[in-house]
Amino acid sequence: MIDILSKNLPILVVLCPLITSLFVVLIPNIFFSWILTTLSTFLTFLFSILLYQDIQIHSHISYALGKWMPPIGIEYIIDKVAIIPIIIISGISFIATIFAYKIMPEEIEKKSISKVYSLWLLAIAGLLGLVTTGDAFNLFVFLEISSLASVALVAMGAQKDKQALVAAYNYLIIGAVGATLYVIGVGLLYGITGTLNMEDLTNRISDLNNNKALIAGFGFMIIGIMVKAAVFPLHIWLPRAYAYAPSAVSVLLAATATKASLYILARILFSVFENSEKLINNTLLYVILPLSIIAMFAGTIMAIYEKDIKRLLAHSSVAQIGYITLAFAIGTKASIAAGFIHMFNHAIIKGGLFIAITSLGFFIQKRVTINNLSGLGRAMPITFFCFVLCSLSLAGLPLTAGFISKLYLIKATISSDAIWIAILILISSALSVVYLWKMIEVMWMREERKIVIKENPSIYISLIIITFFNVYFGLDASLIVNGSFEAAEKLIGDLK
Amino acid sequence: MITIENFILITILSPLIVCVLTPFISKSTVLRDFLGPIGGVISSWGAFNIMSSALNNQNINLEIVKIAEGISIGFEITPLGAIFGLVASFLWIFAAIYSVGYMRGNKEKNQTRFYAFYAIAVHAALCIAYAGDLLTLFIFYEVLTFSTYPLVTHKQNEMAQKAGRLYMSILVGSSVILLLPAIIWVWVATGSLEMSHNGVLDGKIDVAYAPLLLAMFVFGIGKAALMPIHKWLPAAMVAPTPVSALLHAVAVVKAGVFTMLIVLTNVFGIDFLAKTGASEWLIWLASFTLLATSIIAIYKDDLKARLAYSTISQLSYISLGGALATSMATQGAALHIITHAAGKITLFFVAGALYVGAKITKISDLNGHGKSASLIFLAFFIGSLSIIGVPPMAGSWSKFFLMLGAADSGYEVVIGVFCISTILNAFYLMEIPARAFFFKKEREVSVKIPKLILIPTLITSFLTILLFFFIEPFQNLTSMMVGKI
Repeated sequence: MIDILSKNLPILVVLCPLITSLFVVLIPNIFFSWILTTLSTFLTFLFSILLYQDIQIHSHISYALGKWMPPIGIEYIIDKVAIIPIIIISGISFIATIFAYKIMPEEIEKKSISKVYSLWLLAIAGLLGLVTTGDAFNLFVFLEISSLASVALVAMGAQKDKQALVAAYNYLIIGAVGATLYVIGVGLLYGITGTLNMEDLTNRISDLNNNKALIAGFGFMIIGIMVKAAVFPLHIWLPRAYAYAPSAVSVLLAATATKASLYILARILFSVFENSEKLINNTLLYVILPLSIIAMFAGTIMAIYEKDIKRLLAHSSVAQIGYITLAFAIGTKASIAAGFIHMFNHAIIKGGLFIAITSLGFFIQKRVTINNLSGLGRAMPITFFCFVLCSLSLAGLPLTAGFISKLYLIKATISSDAIWIAILILISSALSVVYLWKMIEVMWMREERKIVIKENPSIYISLIIITFFNVYFGLDASLIVNGSFEAAEKLIGDLK
Repeated sequence: MITIENFILITILSPLIVCVLTPFISKSTVLRDFLGPIGGVISSWGAFNIMSSALNNQNINLEIVKIAEGISIGFEITPLGAIFGLVASFLWIFAAIYSVGYMRGNKEKNQTRFYAFYAIAVHAALCIAYAGDLLTLFIFYEVLTFSTYPLVTHKQNEMAQKAGRLYMSILVGSSVILLLPAIIWVWVATGSLEMSHNGVLDGKIDVAYAPLLLAMFVFGIGKAALMPIHKWLPAAMVAPTPVSALLHAVAVVKAGVFTMLIVLTNVFGIDFLAKTGASEWLIWLASFTLLATSIIAIYKDDLKARLAYSTISQLSYISLGGALATSMATQGAALHIITHAAGKITLFFVAGALYVGAKITKISDLNGHGKSASLIFLAFFIGSLSIIGVPPMAGSWSKFFLMLGAADSGYEVVIGVFCISTILNAFYLMEIPARAFFFKKEREVSVKIPKLILIPTLITSFLTILLFFFIEPFQNLTSMMVGKI
C-alpha cells in the first residue's frame, strides 16, 4: 500500500483534489463539504511534503502516466525546481481552505457553496497539474482547467457585487487569448520537432537554431504564459479579478495562481529553450527586463493612488511579479534563485495580506476602502498586528521573509554589475512603503467611531499561521534559500 | 561565574523581557512603571562587565541565529560598541525613572504601550552596539526606526501623524535606498559581511569608487542627521520628552553616529581613508552642518526645537571626527558619544520638567523662573557647560581630542570651525539659565516639579562632572579602537 502510494506520488498530488472536486459537489451540507475540501487539500499538502522528501533523495522523478513511456506518453516530472511551486500551491490552498470556513457562507448562497468548493478544488488541481506535467500539450489542458475554474470562482463574487461578472468576463477572454497563443506556439513547435514532451523538445530544438518557426513558436508560448503570469502590460485582468472575487478566492488566487505560470515561464526560458542561447538572451534583455522594471514602478504607483484595498494589493502583486521576472531576466544562477525565493515569499506575504484585509471586510460588512479602515487597528488588534507584520515583510524589512528575497535579489544584481537595477529595485520597494504605510496609518491613527468587534479565532488562526511563516522564514531562511539555489542550479546548470 | 557571552545576552535581552512583561502586568501600575528602571539596572550591570572584558581585550563572538549560508545574526564586542552599549543601558535607568514621573505628571494615555515600545527601542540600540557584522547592524537599525514610530506618534493627532510620516520616510527611505545597497556592495566586494578593526575594504575596491560608497553610507545612515537629511530629528520632537531625551539625544542618534564611526573605522579603516582621502568631502559637509544648525538653533524659541538643532550640530562633531581619519580625532569622536549623551539627556530632562511643572515650552517664557526651580536650572547650567566644553565637565575631553585630531590631520580650518561652534553653543545654551536667573518674571506661574523627574535630572547632570574625572577607562577603550594598545 505504502509502496504504491510512494510510487504514484507525482500523480496523486494532482488527482487528490481533482477527484474530491467531483464528490464535493454532491454534498449539500456546508459543513461537510468544507470538511471534505479541507481533508483533500490537507492530503495534497501531505503528498507534496512526501514528494519533497523523495526529491531530496532522487532529485529527479519521472512518472509515465498510464505506463505509456515518454516521449510518446504523457510524462510527469518532479525535480528540485517543480517542488517549489508544488509546496507553495498545496500549502497555501490548505491554509486558504481553513480560512474559507467562516468567510465563504458570508458571501455565497448556501446552495451554491458545495459547487464553489468543487471549483475551488478543480482550480487547485489545475494549478498543481501545470507544475507537475512534463508535456507541453498536457500543460495547456491544465492551464485551461485552472483558468476556467478560477473564472467561475471569480464570477461567484457576483452574488455580492455585480462587478464580479465583468471581472470574470475580462479574465475569461484575456485568459482564453493567452491560452490560445500558448497552444499555437505548442502547435508550431510540434510541427517542426514532432514531439510534445518537454525534455524531448529541449534535445530536438538544439538542431534547429535560427529556424523561423521555432522563434515564432517560442514567441507565442512566452506571450501566452506571460498573460497568465500577469506580467506587465498583460496584467489587466488581474486587479479586477482579485478585487471582486469572493474573499477566500482572492486569497487563493493571489497567493498561487500567478506563481504556477511564473514557474512555467522559468521552465520554458531556461529549460525547454536552453539550447537557443541567443534567442533567450535577447528575450531576457529586450523584453522581460524592461517590462519587469516598468511593472515594478507602474504597479507600485497604481497601488499608491488606489483607494480600494483589494485592488491596491492586486496592483502591488503586479509590482511583485515584476521583481520575480526581473530576477529571471538577469539570468544568473544567483538571480534565478532570488526569483524563486521571492516567488515563495510573495505567496506567503500576499496570502497573509489578503487574509487580513478579508477579515477586516468580514467584520465591517463593507467593501474595504482606505476610509473604512479607520480605527480598525484598535478594534482588531490581532488582525492588525498580523497585517502590519505581513506589510513589513512585503516592504522587505529585516527579520521578515520579504527581507531575505530583497537581500538575495539585490546581491544578485550587484554581483552581475547592475547597480542601477539594484537602486531601482530599492526605490520601488521604498515606494511600496508609501501605500503600506497609508493603510497602517489610517488604522492606527484615526479613531472616528467606536467599533466593537470581537475577533474570531476560526478566522484569525490561518492569519496567524501565515504570519508566523513570514517571520520564521525571515529568521531561518536556509530551507527556502538552499531549495531555490538548487532549483536555479538545476535550471541553468546544464546551460553553463 | 557568568561568561561574557551570557553578559551580552543579559544586556540585550533585559529590555526585551521588560517589553514582553509590560502588557501582562499593566494592571499594577507601580510594578509596570518600575520594570523599566529594574531592567535598566540589570542591563547596565551586563554592560559594565562587557566593558571590563573589552578592556582586557577579550575577543568574543556570539552567533544567535543563522538565517542562511553566510548570513547570520551575531554579536561581538568592539571597544566602541562597549562604550555605546554602556551609555544606552546606563542612561536608560534614569530615563526610565524620569518617564514614570513625566507620564504620570502629564497624565498621558496609553502608558503601557509607551513603556513597551520604549524598552524595545533600547533593545534595538543595544543590539546595534554589540552587532557582530554589517547585516546585524542594519537589521537592528531598522528595528530601532520602527519601534520608535509609535513613540513619536504617541499623541496620535494630526501633528504627530505628519511628524511620523516625515520621520519614517527619511529614516526608512535613506536606509533602504542607500544603506542596504552599500552594505551589499561591501558584501559583494569582500565576500563577507564581517568587519575588522583595520577596515576590510583596502585593496578590495577601486579607490575611485570609495567616495561614492562612503556617500552611500553617509546619506544612508539617516540617524546621524547630517544635512540635508536632518529634518526628521526636529520633527520627532512631537514625541513625549522622555522619548526625545533617551532616544533622540542618546539611543537613536547615537546609534546613527555609532554606525557612522563603525563604518569609517571598521569597514573603510582610518588608514585607508587617510591614504585615499575618500572622506575629505565629509569633513566639509560635517563642518557645514555643524555651523549651520548651530545658527538655526539660535533662532529657535521652542526649547525642544533648539535642543534638537543643537543635537544635530553635536552629532556632526562625531561624524567630523571620524572623517578627519586621524587616531586622535577618531578617539575624540568616540568620547563625544558618551560625553554628549550625558549632557544632552540632562538638557532634555529639564525641558520635559518645565513642561510638566509649568507647561512652559518656549524659551521666551522662561524669564525669572530660576528662583522657584533653581535646582532644575542648575542642572541645565551644568549640562550646558559640558556641551560647550568647559572643564571640569566631561564635554571638555572630547572637544580637546577632536581639536588635537584636527591639528594632526592638517585641516587647521576645522579647529576654527570647532571654536566658532563653541561660541555659538555658549550663545544659544546660556540664554536659558540666564533668562531664568537674571530676567524679571513676566507672569506668575508656579513651577512644581515631581521628585521622579527632578532626581534623575540632577543625577545625569552630576554624571557630566563625574565623567570628567573618570574618563580613563573610556579613553583606554578608544585608544584600543584606533589600535594604539
